[in-house]
Amino acid sequence: MRRSPREVALDLVSPQRAVFLLLVVLLVAIVVVNPSFAEPGQLMRFLQRVAPVAIVAMGQYFVIVSGEFDLSMGSLVTAQVVGAGVLVGQDGSRTVPVLALMLAFGVLVGLVNGLATTFLRVPSFIVTLGMMLALLGAVMFWTGGAATGNPADEFRQIGRGGWREVPVLDFVPYAVVILVGLLVLALWYTHRPAGKLHVAVGDNVATAHHAGVRVWWVKTRAFVISSLSATVAGVLLVGYAGVHPSVGRGYEFTAITAVVLGGVVLGGGRGWIVGALAGAVVLEALFVLLNYAGVPSTVRSSVQGVIIIAAVAYSALDFRRRRSGPATTSPAGGDAAPAPGRGGDTSTTSPAHSGA
Amino acid sequence: MTTAPVLTARGLTKSFFGVRVLDEVSIEVRPGEVHGLVGENGAGKSTLMKILAGVYQPDDGEIHLAGEQVAFAHPIDAMHAGVATVFQEFNLLPDRTVAQNVFLGREPRRRGVVDVREMARRTQHVLDELGVTSVRPRDRVGSLSVAQQQVVEIAKALSHDAKVISMDEPTAALAAHEVELLYRIVRSLAERGVGVLYVSHRLKEVFDLCDTITVLKDGRLVSSGPADELGPDELVRRMVGRSIESYFPGPLEGTERGTELLRVTGGGNAWVDGIDLSLHAGEITAVAGLQGSGRTELAEAIFGIRPFTRGSVEVGGRRVRVTSPRHAARLGIALITEDRKATGLSLAQSILDNVLLVIRGVFPRRTAHVRREADALMARLELSTDRLDREVQLLSGGNQQKVVLGKWLATRPRVVILDEPTRGIDVGAKVAVYDVIRSLAREGVAICMISSELPELLGIADRVLVMRDGRLVADLAPSATEEEVLRHAAGAEVGA
Repeated sequence: MRRSPREVALDLVSPQRAVFLLLVVLLVAIVVVNPSFAEPGQLMRFLQRVAPVAIVAMGQYFVIVSGEFDLSMGSLVTAQVVGAGVLVGQDGSRTVPVLALMLAFGVLVGLVNGLATTFLRVPSFIVTLGMMLALLGAVMFWTGGAATGNPADEFRQIGRGGWREVPVLDFVPYAVVILVGLLVLALWYTHRPAGKLHVAVGDNVATAHHAGVRVWWVKTRAFVISSLSATVAGVLLVGYAGVHPSVGRGYEFTAITAVVLGGVVLGGGRGWIVGALAGAVVLEALFVLLNYAGVPSTVRSSVQGVIIIAAVAYSALDFRRRRSGPATTSPAGGDAAPAPGRGGDTSTTSPAHSGA
Repeated sequence: MTTAPVLTARGLTKSFFGVRVLDEVSIEVRPGEVHGLVGENGAGKSTLMKILAGVYQPDDGEIHLAGEQVAFAHPIDAMHAGVATVFQEFNLLPDRTVAQNVFLGREPRRRGVVDVREMARRTQHVLDELGVTSVRPRDRVGSLSVAQQQVVEIAKALSHDAKVISMDEPTAALAAHEVELLYRIVRSLAERGVGVLYVSHRLKEVFDLCDTITVLKDGRLVSSGPADELGPDELVRRMVGRSIESYFPGPLEGTERGTELLRVTGGGNAWVDGIDLSLHAGEITAVAGLQGSGRTELAEAIFGIRPFTRGSVEVGGRRVRVTSPRHAARLGIALITEDRKATGLSLAQSILDNVLLVIRGVFPRRTAHVRREADALMARLELSTDRLDREVQLLSGGNQQKVVLGKWLATRPRVVILDEPTRGIDVGAKVAVYDVIRSLAREGVAICMISSELPELLGIADRVLVMRDGRLVADLAPSATEEEVLRHAAGAEVGA
């Protein structure tokens, strides 16, 4: 299909694509301000710092696109970081068993979130909010709110180490390799039948259920994925940031902001995982730029708050634009007939008000 | 019918993204006239209605109301000018009373407070004029039936002193016995000198009610003239270029009644009871009944959405308890649900993703295979788009229904249950659905079809079962008359 330049331009600023445009603009701006940023080593260190947030955002993507929220990710990161610090201690040989334990704990948290959401029918907003507080309380109780000792160096190397003096790239952090590996895995999964079901369930749960899809299992899987991604982020952060009960704080909202910025629709059913990943990179790039511009990092939350509102507003605007197009005209006739006896909720919606 | 038209539209044109959906269409509605507006989906009926309602603004053309040129920038402008529209989806607040809904936003006041008594009195007055006794001003709207809610919408329009009322498929959501009420109201509106613009797919209604019929096709005006100069044959030909004989295709050669594929004995749950049902390969079993008779609930019981709690079910001779749609799909049962937007489609997903939904969810190993065959499958359903990556919400109702059919046919089911498969789709799509049903029957699939449209049921079924109050009350031959079916369906209340 041949497209006019105007259509291409419109497509570039659509909520699904805008994030990539934004990413390019920001990276160029950073390089203009600080040309050394473009050096491979610098770029790799930037990506190393982005990796935990990006991984959490990819996990959150699956939950949001399935029509739910995971607010417990930040607390889970904290719990994993603190847990690793305490359990590994100075004994480097415990690295592997503790990693296994952390992954198992991640799966457990995801299962609890998912099963409580699907079987107890508690909105995930509440379930994961409860999980967030429960985990945070447990961490505070355990540590008394103070930093504990850093674990053995073997464990910390995962997050801070890498291959040095690599040709061309100079420095390849393990974190970036893990990020790329997870991205490939996630892309593969989203193209599998099981991965496709997340979007379908997020779009219309009733349709999915009527089609024989195990909705509870699809949603629970999304929560397990997000908890596992928080676990991996925790492992990386132990190396990068050290062990403190404040590590991971606010990660759930950073992840949600990144996902929304990436054009993923809250409520589910629409969005691309690469967009979520790009959203995370855009956020970090923005903070780097603000940092160069001398804006204090304490303002981070405010910036994030403005971004999330703006991103959702922008995609709502775009949605309305699409709605006023042929979408409302071609399905003419009786297909919008309210199903009698299926509750009165259909009677409150009016094409006269929503269509214009 | 020589009175001057109350509403005249000339040369209305509207495009969306360069696609002309309405092309220089003109229409005249006279006071006291019921003016039928017919055409296939995508013919431009809805766009025309929405322009007259002020929802869309035309790119070109003009509208005159009682001789004066008007332009509606907003639905409220149209309402104030006297053009009211009753959409299919009602614009009512279910938790408020009838009177509160009718006077929403312009409640009569006395000393600054809403005058509840006056509001009820004036609402009663409007209802009286419509000759409606079953709705009272103080009834809560949510407690009313769909037909009664429609009355409230019409009362609302009338209370605005509407000169023209347009109705979009007003009977689509009504049961057969409720349609009479609507007919009465439409006729009384016309007697009061209101011009009624009546959009419908059901040709019988159009001929029953309308004085004038305007036919649209592909956004253009085909014809506009007195109804009595047109026969149903001619009307269908003008709408689709197909004659009415091909409406209900006969059984295909080689169709045979084969073995029993599904049997329910004494099935019952909270909604249906005493169900004895036997579906055979190659046979089309129709289930008739009024709205609320339990037809949909029967389908849902078989499909495991509301499982049977009593009785037994055998699929292919094996005793089973179907407890979920997933289980049903595994057993080779498919259900095309009545409300495709709510339970049949993932609207924001592509055609292909919708078609593959059951496969991915229940038979993931077949995904690659079915994906390769998707093109052929949708071609068989005569889906009129060559791109399977289009979002389903952008399709017409008929094409959407074909996507739902495709989703289930992809699973190669042995038993297919269709609940109102032709509701709200155009004639061309209906014929395609009938063709698919026939060809499934030839392939040895057992078909169970639920429909409110009796001509359709009698036209295509090998057997007609009638439901009433959650029970199957009659088993009729396809030679049965509509009256016969209705007598069983309505029970003692027949003739009311």
